[in-house]
Amino acid sequence: MIDALGDPQSVLVLGGSSEIANATVLALPRARLRRVVLAGRPGPALDAAAQRLTGAGVAGVMTADFDAANTASHKQVIDGIFDAGDIDIVILAFGVLGDQMQVEADPALAVEIATVNYTGAVSVGLHVARRLRGQGHGHLVVLSSVAGDRARRSNYVYGSTKAGLDAFAQGLGDALAGSGASVLVVRPGMVRTRMSAGLPEAPMTSDPEEVARVIVAGLRKGKHTVYAPGPLRFLMTAVKAVPRPIFRKLPQ
Amino acid sequence: MNSVSPLVPSADEELLTGWGRTSPSRARVARPVDITDITVALDRRSPRGVLARGLGRSYGDAAQSGGATVIDMTGVKGFSLDPATATVRADGGASLDAILRAIVPRGFFVPVTPGTRMVTVGGAIAADIHGKNHHGSGSFGAHVRALDLLTGDGRLLTLTPETTPEEFWATVGGMGLTGIIVSATFDVIPIETSLISVDTERGTDLDDVMARMLARDSDYRYTVAWIDSVAASGRGVITRGDHARADQLPAGKRASMRDYDPAVRITAPSLIPSGLLNTLTVRAFNEAWFRKHPRQRADEVQSIAAFFHPLDGVQEWNRVYGPRGFLQYQFVVPDSGAEVVRTSLEKLARVGAPSFLTVLKRFGPSNPAPLSFPMPGWTLAADVPARVEGLDRVLDELDELVAQAGGRLYFAKDSRQSPEMVRRTYPRLTEWQAVRNRMDPDRVFTSDLARRLEL
Ligand SMILES: Cc1cc2nc3c(=O)[nH]c(=O)nc-3n(C[C@H](O)[C@H](O)[C@H](O)COP(=O)(O)OP(=O)(O)OC[C@H]3O[C@@H](n4cnc5c(N)ncnc54)[C@H](O)[C@@H]3O)c2cc1C
Ligand SMILES: NC(=O)c1ccc[n+]([C@@H]2O[C@H](COP(=O)([O-])OP(=O)(O)OC[C@H]3O[C@@H](n4cnc5c(N)ncnc54)[C@H](OP(=O)(O)O)[C@@H]3O)[C@@H](O)[C@H]2O)c1
Repeated sequence: MIDALGDPQSVLVLGGSSEIANATVLALPRARLRRVVLAGRPGPALDAAAQRLTGAGVAGVMTADFDAANTASHKQVIDGIFDAGDIDIVILAFGVLGDQMQVEADPALAVEIATVNYTGAVSVGLHVARRLRGQGHGHLVVLSSVAGDRARRSNYVYGSTKAGLDAFAQGLGDALAGSGASVLVVRPGMVRTRMSAGLPEAPMTSDPEEVARVIVAGLRKGKHTVYAPGPLRFLMTAVKAVPRPIFRKLPQ
Repeated sequence: MNSVSPLVPSADEELLTGWGRTSPSRARVARPVDITDITVALDRRSPRGVLARGLGRSYGDAAQSGGATVIDMTGVKGFSLDPATATVRADGGASLDAILRAIVPRGFFVPVTPGTRMVTVGGAIAADIHGKNHHGSGSFGAHVRALDLLTGDGRLLTLTPETTPEEFWATVGGMGLTGIIVSATFDVIPIETSLISVDTERGTDLDDVMARMLARDSDYRYTVAWIDSVAASGRGVITRGDHARADQLPAGKRASMRDYDPAVRITAPSLIPSGLLNTLTVRAFNEAWFRKHPRQRADEVQSIAAFFHPLDGVQEWNRVYGPRGFLQYQFVVPDSGAEVVRTSLEKLARVGAPSFLTVLKRFGPSNPAPLSFPMPGWTLAADVPARVEGLDRVLDELDELVAQAGGRLYFAKDSRQSPEMVRRTYPRLTEWQAVRNRMDPDRVFTSDLARRLEL
């Protein structure tokens, strides 16, 4: 249960090694945390994430096998985790960026990105929603992106999956309205993690810790959508208003 | 194929919270009017279990259970007075409000009343509530002669302290986790009038208030102190009283001396921005409240409602704390830990948690119920808004002091303590769990509180 002062007892991270999600776990009030499940593809990255959280003093950290692309397994994975106890906060953090130029050369890569970022998220998102709704409380945090707000030449395949994911998460939030469960859609700008390593920095680039703080504050205030950093909301309103012929000529 | 979406709520579901309006969860709510209905609701329960709910006056998550079937008992509300034995037999959902309206004019009063009369008999037993007379009369459970409990497998057990002491005392203070209290028989006390004779004194600081309480509380049936939580001194007002006898009233009042009309006066506006209730407004309120009381006054005559249930005059006053809600921090410490009272007031003041309602009382002996809250010593209760930044850490620090002093927190008010705190401060928890496991082997009864605290 999340207590009266907003302190959670249990967290599930889908995409267990995500740097943003791990920073979020560290930013949550920790006094009542007793179960943190990092669900992801087994391997050194997942194990290292679990070790880092445990080393930082987070109690009850464990890992679980989860592959976003293997939608057939999602029901069993999610039911197994929820059957062992209620989950207060689920962070849907998995995602792949891909290289736009490679993707255009090899559409099979685009299918992979779409499968993980969109198809996989819709599949596992619906399973999670069913369980949150069944327990009558809990939050689902969905990592969308400003890349879904407006398609850009440099990453529109990724951006289109985030646009789809974002619409899905908004609709899911509406479907769950009044159920005791809720959805928080998070739209970060560029974040300094391994995903964006090597790319030129965009305006308002932030660190995972900043995104984490925005997420924790959003949960506390019961928000439905947050940008990270917050002022990106206004920048994106402007960006969305730029006419296509001009937008196309802007540096991407 | 016509499959049903698991995301669509069914019509009988509701979002429930406690009086503090924090941590809502959604459950199927059944509204029985008799035991047949209760049995049906139990049979058709959600796989996540069942919980009885009374008038929802517990502050935290005791009377809610996410995804479960919550049985709202307030429709099962019959009761009758037997003047010959001075007992009331009441259904679990009967309210003390309704019972008082019926028995006060007939010359009887409930053995224990909390600071609100809007509680059910089931809730009074399940939380083993205490009143201003705890030092002399103990808590509600001590006055229950027998109760009928519906168990998870549909059996109706009659429990009494003599024939089934383990089950009886596990149910008293058992927070609804042993079964559904369908009805109970409890003692009532005879009264000559519906008025309370009240003595008031002010204490200039916390030491003064506590010294006055130690000196004279045992002379009175009812006593309580209100503490000015924003004044650094910890000054306060002690009010003590007893049911007025007929010969204490002026002749003109005797004809109507058992009249009882606890009318509700005003409703708190629901949309007060939570920022309005801050240290400044509380300071102004407290100053006025302190001044309102004379330094000393004896034999003032007050109504039952004014003396016991002043807040019931303001409907839905719990809304003034705004959308984030509030909690009440209530602990008890033995006399050896009396300094925790001062430390907690100081810590709450420092974190900027303004409290109108800070109440100090002395408790008498405990009863045999393993999870009953009261123990001999001091109990302090303070209402604080949940939105206060840093409150979680400060309350954890206070928990530590309370635990070190050998005290504990009240389940009916709790919405944030840790499972470890409960294990440490309710040493008889495992004993209670053993009885509960026997009474409810399939763990049919559960609540958000039980899940949060791993009861
Ligand atoms: C303004 C105010 C002042 C208060 N002052 C005091 C005080 O002075 N002293 C004190 O002790 N308490 C006090 N309380 C707390 C209150 O007395 C308790 O929380 C009481 O249990 C509320 O009764 P209820 O009917 O509303 O029960 P609920 O809050 O609905 O339920 C409380 C618990 O009882 C269980 N329960 C309810 N009905 C049944 C049943 N039929 N069978 C089995 N279990 C059941 C529930 O499952 C839950 O665990 C106060 C509360 C308020 C709001
Ligand atoms: N970084 C940014 O600039 C930025 C900006 C906006 C939004 N976001 C979004 O924020 C989220 C978190 O990203 P991040 O920055 O924290 O990057 P990250 O550390 O690379 O995290 C991405 C996570 O996705 C996991 N993942 C990839 N494919 C998976 C699959 N098939 N099954 C399960 N997990 C899989 C990765 O696990 P492995 O270890 O197994 O690869 C990794 O844990 C992503 O959804 C991303 O799109 C990031």
